[in-house]
Amino acid sequence: MSWDASFLWQFNVLLLLMVVILAVAALSVKDLVAAAIIFGAYSFIMCLLWTEMMAVDVAFTEAAVGAGISTVLILGTALHIKRKSKD
Amino acid sequence: MKLLAFLMTFSVGVLLLIASLDLPDWSNPESPASTHLSPHYIEKSLEETSVPNLVTSVLADYRGYDTMFETVVIFCAGITVLIMLRRTFMGIEKYVKPRPKRESADIILQSAVRLLVPVMQVFALYVVAHGHHSPGGGFQGGVIFGASFILLAIAYDLKVELKKFREHGVLIFSVVGVLIYAGIGIVCLLLGGNFLAYAAWAKMLGISELEAHSLGMLGVEIGVAITVMAIMFSLYADLSSSGDLDEGL
Amino acid sequence: MDDLLVFIINNYNYWVALILLLTGLYGMISKNNLLKKVISMSIFQSAIILFYVSIGAKKDATIPIIEHGHNSHGADHAVIDVANYVNPLPHVLMLTAIVVGVATLGVALALIQKINQVHNTIEEDEILRDLQE
Repeated sequence: MSWDASFLWQFNVLLLLMVVILAVAALSVKDLVAAAIIFGAYSFIMCLLWTEMMAVDVAFTEAAVGAGISTVLILGTALHIKRKSKD
Repeated sequence: MKLLAFLMTFSVGVLLLIASLDLPDWSNPESPASTHLSPHYIEKSLEETSVPNLVTSVLADYRGYDTMFETVVIFCAGITVLIMLRRTFMGIEKYVKPRPKRESADIILQSAVRLLVPVMQVFALYVVAHGHHSPGGGFQGGVIFGASFILLAIAYDLKVELKKFREHGVLIFSVVGVLIYAGIGIVCLLLGGNFLAYAAWAKMLGISELEAHSLGMLGVEIGVAITVMAIMFSLYADLSSSGDLDEGL
Repeated sequence: MDDLLVFIINNYNYWVALILLLTGLYGMISKNNLLKKVISMSIFQSAIILFYVSIGAKKDATIPIIEHGHNSHGADHAVIDVANYVNPLPHVLMLTAIVVGVATLGVALALIQKINQVHNTIEEDEILRDLQE
């Protein structure tokens, strides 16, 4: 995170770019199960972002809660309703 | 309609962008967020609570009241989902849509899960107990513990898992966690201090005040972990079977 | 040009948090499917958390765990320099926010399943048409 480090700010820009792409993709796919899985990937990349900003407790909680529990709950709901959304 | 939504969002974005020009530079040590209260937390936390992990000491000691109500919020959310979805009246067969029976050919998953779940549970207990010295604490350990039960329910069937960890036991665990947290606070009141002022336990247990802070924090983290574990499994059980608790994912 | 580069480097983290916030907001307003709305709400919440955590970051600072802290229980130890540790206060607030967010997500998903049981669909225009009949 310091500007003297050799590779850290490029890593930061790459992670931020991936986060935006994944967020837009999670809302545009038509299959709801695919949206749940892309949301899980988004949570994982957020966790990496916070580890890079030295927020280790927040990253730990997001990895356990966001990528674990949140994704499973949305997936469990998506399998009970019609899987194809109109938009 | 979508054009209107896009225009509204865009105008909100422009307003927020103009407001963000006044924000302090990123990663500047002199920014106002880091100069008023947090130097006190960083410098004095070790000598007032003897816990090196600053986030745990602020969460469970300096701001312990907020954490207690957060635990109550998780508990209320679990109870709300139970009230909304659970159906147990007679004649329920008319309302349940029949789902195609799934043949269970996942022997690889079951063998792998049988090896993985004990390791997960021991790691969850380690995260709770070691929250004072490393990243971790009550929430993270509780969620990992609950996730181990969810993993068992996914690999085997939900009914098999519910035979081991009954719904009755899940609800009792979630209440016990909140009562541990509030109970520690009320005992502090009865011993003469303020609510959740852990130093009041020092006279009763015969330890120094510094260690009383540390032990009080460990006690409330255990309470939080128990509630979070039970509610995470209860949320999964109710949501993945639409309240009927007959077949999982 | 140099000024512009410094300006971008100082603020680009906030701009990405802003873009995510707008994505979540747009999804909540304009998507027809109720599950997409709930996913947008979750994206919105994590954008807010990204904003707060990036406020608390510090240059050349390390994680908020005091090193060599477990050797002495309240005895003498070295002077703790504030500039060496990342600000722990936003992390504490965001821990609460993440867990409350997942509790809200659970309740919202239970509501979606209940609506599905009654109306047999979760598209918003079909529900409105069903309600008017």
